[in-house]
Amino acid sequence: MNTILETIIAPGSIDFALAIGIILVKIAVVIAIALLHVAYATYFERKVIAHMQVRLGPREVGPYGLFQPFADGIKLFFKEDIIPAKADKPLFYLSPVIFFIAALTSLAVLPFFDGFVIADLNIGLLFLLAMSSLGAYGIILSGWSSNSKFSFLGGLRAASQVISYEIAMGLSLVGVMIMAGSLNLSDIVRAQHAYPTGVFVIPQFLGFFVFVVAAFAETNRLPFDLPEAESELVAGYFTEYSGFRFALFFLGEYTGMLIMSSLLALCFLGGWTIPRFITDFIPFLSAVPGIVWFLMKVYAFMFFYYWVRATLPRYRYDQLMAIGWKLLIPLALINILITGLVKAWIKGLL
Amino acid sequence: MLPKLFFGYYAVVIIVLSLLVVTRKNPVHSVMWMLLLFFHIAGLYLFLNAEFIAAIQIIVYAGAILVLFLFVVLLLNLREELLIERFIGTWPTALVISVSLLILVIRAIQDMALAPPGNHSVDAIQAETHTVALGKILYTDYLFPFEIASVVLLIAIIGALVLAKRKMRSPQ
Repeated sequence: MNTILETIIAPGSIDFALAIGIILVKIAVVIAIALLHVAYATYFERKVIAHMQVRLGPREVGPYGLFQPFADGIKLFFKEDIIPAKADKPLFYLSPVIFFIAALTSLAVLPFFDGFVIADLNIGLLFLLAMSSLGAYGIILSGWSSNSKFSFLGGLRAASQVISYEIAMGLSLVGVMIMAGSLNLSDIVRAQHAYPTGVFVIPQFLGFFVFVVAAFAETNRLPFDLPEAESELVAGYFTEYSGFRFALFFLGEYTGMLIMSSLLALCFLGGWTIPRFITDFIPFLSAVPGIVWFLMKVYAFMFFYYWVRATLPRYRYDQLMAIGWKLLIPLALINILITGLVKAWIKGLL
Repeated sequence: MLPKLFFGYYAVVIIVLSLLVVTRKNPVHSVMWMLLLFFHIAGLYLFLNAEFIAAIQIIVYAGAILVLFLFVVLLLNLREELLIERFIGTWPTALVISVSLLILVIRAIQDMALAPPGNHSVDAIQAETHTVALGKILYTDYLFPFEIASVVLLIAIIGALVLAKRKMRSPQ
C-alpha cells in the first residue's frame, strides 16, 4: 500500500498533505496547458494547411484569427446534443469519455522538463502503451453504439487498425528500452544525454521510422485516418455525435497527437536535453531551460503531422493492414535483434 | 487495515464484474464489463507491487485480446438488436465441473502452509524495480520453462496459419 502511494508521490516527500497538494497543482497546470495547447494546435493546423494549399486560413476572429479556437469552443458548447433514437445510450455516453480520459491520463507520466512529471512511474512507457490501447475502445464503442452504418464501419476499421499497428508500436520502442535499460521516461532521457550522439534517433533509426508510422495510425491522422475517412464515411465513428460529445473526441484526438509527439521527443530526440557536443561547442545554449527544447521537438513533430496531412492521400484499408503486419512488425523485430546483439557485444557477453 | 480494505474491494468487485460478464445478454456489454474486470485485476497486481505485470495485463488483455474479441463480436452479429441466449445447452455439465473444481480448491486451501520468505522480499524488489527483478529471474532461473512457453505459443501461431491456409485452398 505504501509503495503505491510512494509511486504516486514524488520520492522523499516531506508531508503527506503537502505532497497531495503539489500533485493536484501539477495536474491542474498540466491539464490547463495541454488543453490550451490543443486549442491552438487546431488553429496552427488550419493555418499551416491553409498556407500549404495557398489559402489564408482563419483570420476573422481577433487579430490573425487568433481567437478562432475560443469561438469554436463556445459554438460547440452551445450546440444541441443529439442522440440517435436507437443508440445504445450508456455506451454512447461513455465512449467519448473513455477516449478523452485515456488521452488525458497519459499526460501524467510525461516528463516535460527535468523533474517535472506528475507520476514518475518506473513503467512509464508501458503505462502510455496501456492508455493508448484503452483509447481505442472509445472509438470502437462509439462506432458500435451509434447504431449507424457509417459509424459502425468506422468502429470496425478502428478495431482492425488497432490490432495491426499497436504491436509494431510497442516493438519499435523495445530498442529504446534496451538502450536506456529502463522503462522510466525520465531515465530514458537521461540515458540519451549520457549517450555519445545525445539522441537515440541515430542508432535507432529503424525503430524511429516504425514508431512515426505507427504514431500516425495511433492518432487516426492522415494518411491512416481510416476510422474517420470523411470522404467515404461522413465522419466515421463520430458521425452521430454532436455538441460537446463531439468536442471530447476532437480534444482527445489532439491530446493524443500531443502525447505521441512528446513520446517521440522523449524516446528518440532526447526530450528536454540537447546533445552534449552542441553545448560543448556553443556553451551558452545550456542556459536555455529544458522545456524550450522539449516544446521545440514536440511542435516540430506536430508540424510534421500537418505537413503529412496536406501532402499524402489516404491509404486503403488493406494497405494499412499490409504495412502494419508485413513491413512494420518485421522491421521492428530486426531492430530489436540488432540492438540486442550490439548491446550484448558492448557488454562483452558475445 | 487499509491493505485488507483494498484487497476486499478488489475481491468483491472482481467477483461482481465476472458475474456481470457471464450474465449479460448483449455480448458487447459483456466485453465492456470484462474490460473493467481486467482493470481491476491490474489494480490487484499493482497492489501486490507487481507493476510490470499490471501494465502487461492492460496492454495484452485489454489492449490486444479484448479488441480482437470485440472485433469478432461486431463482425459476427450485424443485427440491430444484439441479443443472445444467456446459457448454452450444456450448462449442467459445466456447473458440475465448476462445483467440483471449487470443492477441490477449498480442500486444497485447508492444507495450505506459508512458504518461508525467499530472496525477493518487497524491499529487494523495490530496490531494483519489479521489471528488472522479473526479467532477471525469468531469463536465468526459469529460462527453460520460459522457452517452452514460447515454443507452445509459436506452435499455436503456426497452427492458426495452417488452418487459415487450408480454408483458403478448399473452395477450389
